[in-house]
Amino acid sequence: MSVTVFLIFGFTAIASALLCITRRSPIASALWLVITLFCIAALFVGLDAQFLAILQVLVYAGAIMVLFLFVIMLLNLGRPGPSDIKGPLGILVAVVLAIALLTQLLVVSKTTLPSTIQLPPGTVAAVQQQSGMVGAVAAPLFDAYLVPFEIASVLLLAAIVGAVVLAKRKL
Amino acid sequence: MLLSPALAISAVLFTLGVLGVLLRRNAIVIFMCVELMLNAVNLTFVALAQNLGLGGQVFVFFVMAVAAAEAAVGLAIILAVYRHKQSVSLQNMNLLRDG
Repeated sequence: MSVTVFLIFGFTAIASALLCITRRSPIASALWLVITLFCIAALFVGLDAQFLAILQVLVYAGAIMVLFLFVIMLLNLGRPGPSDIKGPLGILVAVVLAIALLTQLLVVSKTTLPSTIQLPPGTVAAVQQQSGMVGAVAAPLFDAYLVPFEIASVLLLAAIVGAVVLAKRKL
Repeated sequence: MLLSPALAISAVLFTLGVLGVLLRRNAIVIFMCVELMLNAVNLTFVALAQNLGLGGQVFVFFVMAVAAAEAAVGLAIILAVYRHKQSVSLQNMNLLRDG
């Protein structure tokens, strides 16, 4: 993917994220967020993570955002009500904090990685060539990261039980 | 080659997520902003995985699993709060406030 295409997707992601945090109606916010998530999936493709891009569309844009829209419609919040954005003082504090954070993050992202921890160029591409896009991610998942993988399954089970308990009217 | 634009984009997206959390009062929109921050971090992981090995891509899996669990439990909490207060505005959630 060329740098220009990458930057177009990046700016689309940023613009729709900006619209997501400023729209008054939660439905509009959710739909702009879906566009941001799709653009991030496109950025994943540009960074040679095709499998994660598919997962991003399936899990985030597909499952999680549908859950959000479901709850918004269940609570009948679709109509844009009075604005829930904070007053002038709140906006001032938030913008100042955000600018400070952005400056810090951009300074940190400009630092060069020490060459001792960098892999020689082409190593990741060679692994992906050898075992395929899915295999290159799945092999460490079931090998070096097996224990976190099992813990994640327990976490998901706990989340299922917790969501059912919390959302039920009477146990 | 795409590393520094990717890091810059993810920095801006993360900041927009923080800005949304600070600006809004609607609990559902704040949840969406948290998801936006998680996605910005995922973008950083994927960008750095090109130079530092595929462990970064594996970690994105775990972030997605935690985000899914968080969304399910968080939205259930919002449903439960709405049932008591008839509102999802954080202004009305001050049960634990002192005085």
